[in-house]
Amino acid sequence: MVTARERAWAAAAAVPDPEIPCVTVADLGILRDVHIEDGAAVAKVTPTYSGCPATSFIEDAIAEALRKAGFEARIERVLSPPWTTDWITPEGRRKLRTYGIAPPAEGSNSKRALFGKTSVSCPRCSSTDTERISEFGSTPCKAQYRCRACSEPFDYFKCI
Amino acid sequence: MRDESLFNALIELADDHSILCHRLGEWCGHAPILEEDLALTNMALDLIGTARGLYARAAEIEGRGRSEDDLAYLRNERQFRNLILVERPNGDFAHTMIRQLFFAAFMEPYWQAALESRDETVRGIAGKAVKEMSYHIRHAGEWVIRLGDGTEESATRAKAAMEALHIYVDELFHSSPAAAAAAGIGMLPDRRGLRAAWNGITAPILARAGLELPQAANPQTGGRAGLHTEDLGHILCEMQYLQRAYPGATW
Repeated sequence: MVTARERAWAAAAAVPDPEIPCVTVADLGILRDVHIEDGAAVAKVTPTYSGCPATSFIEDAIAEALRKAGFEARIERVLSPPWTTDWITPEGRRKLRTYGIAPPAEGSNSKRALFGKTSVSCPRCSSTDTERISEFGSTPCKAQYRCRACSEPFDYFKCI
Repeated sequence: MRDESLFNALIELADDHSILCHRLGEWCGHAPILEEDLALTNMALDLIGTARGLYARAAEIEGRGRSEDDLAYLRNERQFRNLILVERPNGDFAHTMIRQLFFAAFMEPYWQAALESRDETVRGIAGKAVKEMSYHIRHAGEWVIRLGDGTEESATRAKAAMEALHIYVDELFHSSPAAAAAAGIGMLPDRRGLRAAWNGITAPILARAGLELPQAANPQTGGRAGLHTEDLGHILCEMQYLQRAYPGATW
């Protein structure tokens, strides 16, 4: 038998990220928990970056999905433990790559190393002969890269 | 009045972040290259995210029903408690990058220490901010090196920016009575102990850039007491205009 909590989790977990719709909030690891409290579904959500403009939008989308599944919805924003790219699930990483976004390197490297080189492999041809074009891209969590092997420009989901 | 001290200490920090955020936002559409336009505005987002968390926690501690927006948009110049450093005008790119390096090199060890705060919200904010400050240091540090060790023109400008901004560095390490009270109960780190960490971050970058931090003969302070340079008023004119002209406006 499927419990209410499992049903609520399934509804919330299926919500796509508004900016990277190929992955869900569960794939990204920003949906921390869903539980039932006094008949309401309470979803715990964590932001990726401090000022990520998508945060409120994501919270609204999760609440909406829970309501559609027949729950009274409540969202709790949690900050700790802080989100890092290590929270992205293996499934999420696979989806990102298929979508054309290079997933973050595993394990956070030193952010302070000056002129540091990160080895990023091209999501199209897998070559690691790539170069960074811009440290920031269309969203705070992505950098822009170009593959020297196949000339494909692509987004890299930055490691944080 | 312990709560009032905590409120004021959080407001100081929140003001630092929101004012610097506004400064970085001023580059939007004006940065020398598109990549930097994106970088500066994205880093401004990090700062506003941190500021929002701090204002919201301050409002909660105050318990008078004010919101983070009330605190950001409806206080006057003398009520802002930010460091003078963060309100200094953007100037040229050297000014902006050196100001950013000075600030981030302080905030990274500060947030690192704040991970031990006894306030859960502060720990949460710190956990995010410490990672963000690391790449702010990297970004600004790389530019300071490029500029200081670049062409004759860029080196001249970097030196001029050092000259203009070094007098505001000391204030980073000052502790207002409110900050001291917050440090005393383990809510926020003691700012006075962070000079060695700041030097440890900035010294190797400045050395590679061929720049020297001049001794400040007359360090400028006063931000924590609400005594600002003329420039803060101009920032607030722009930042608060909408809420002042159309009170309660939302969209």
